[in-house]
Amino acid sequence: MKSSVITFPGSNCDRDMHVALNKFGFKNKMVWHDDNELPKSDLVVLPGGFSYGDYLRCGSMASKSKIMQSVINFAKSGGLVMGICNGFQILVETGLVPGVLLRNKYLEFICKNVYVKIDNKENLYFKNLDKNVFEFHIAHNEGNYFCTKDQLKEIDDNNQVAIFYCNNQGKTVEQYNPNGSIKNIAGIFNKRKNVLGMMPHPERMIDKSLSGEDGSIFFKNLINNLK
Amino acid sequence: MKVSAIITLKKDVLDPQGKVIHQTLDGMGFKDVNEVRQGKYFEIDVKENDPVKAKNLVEDMCKKLLANLVIENYKIIETQ
Repeated sequence: MKSSVITFPGSNCDRDMHVALNKFGFKNKMVWHDDNELPKSDLVVLPGGFSYGDYLRCGSMASKSKIMQSVINFAKSGGLVMGICNGFQILVETGLVPGVLLRNKYLEFICKNVYVKIDNKENLYFKNLDKNVFEFHIAHNEGNYFCTKDQLKEIDDNNQVAIFYCNNQGKTVEQYNPNGSIKNIAGIFNKRKNVLGMMPHPERMIDKSLSGEDGSIFFKNLINNLK
Repeated sequence: MKVSAIITLKKDVLDPQGKVIHQTLDGMGFKDVNEVRQGKYFEIDVKENDPVKAKNLVEDMCKKLLANLVIENYKIIETQ
């Protein structure tokens, strides 16, 4: 399985993602934002970080960079595109997934482990996962998911919520909403479910010596789903 | 020709920064404030000298980059 991780000026989780993908069997290539064409890929990842210093709006500049036209075409042809954290912010700015990410409700940068619920499994990302509650890491200042009422209705109608913030039992209540996101939303699919944007960082949970291994479960399952 | 545009958050979008500014103003003794909404201001010097064309050009920039129309409105406020 071939993957590509795009590096934008200011990306800082690109190498972590490269290590994670290679660890679980992907042959990953790093792709520079100013390149014209994606290499042949089964999965494209937009990594976390602070592309273009978060100028104007997080992800807005990166969403217009040269490589993105190729990424958008790849997504529109059904290719898997996953955006993590700043990558999610880039995805919403391209319009590939609905909504926007506003500043966190309490105006603080959040950096901690959280529990998330993944029970939407009719897609290549989460199919065959044998549990619903995962411990992932979040680190963001703008993760407060917002969309219009019409968009929310469409998201619900098409079952596009990918991930919810929850407690360790999978309860999605406001108390466990770290950033003020509508309906505790931590991740969203496009309609076709080949594009996934999420704030949590599974690539930070792939080794015992890091803060956990739930990310390993996600990546192992992902590559098996793609084989 | 210089064109100015302002970007403001739509009415039902939460503006936590505006809220904190409001609270701070309140703490400073400005008690007559109902609400504060924070926005952005752009002054763009374009090569176009026809005011209508210049305005259209900046409007296009607002739609495509400067504003995110899911949460923001834009308004061209001045051309000179």
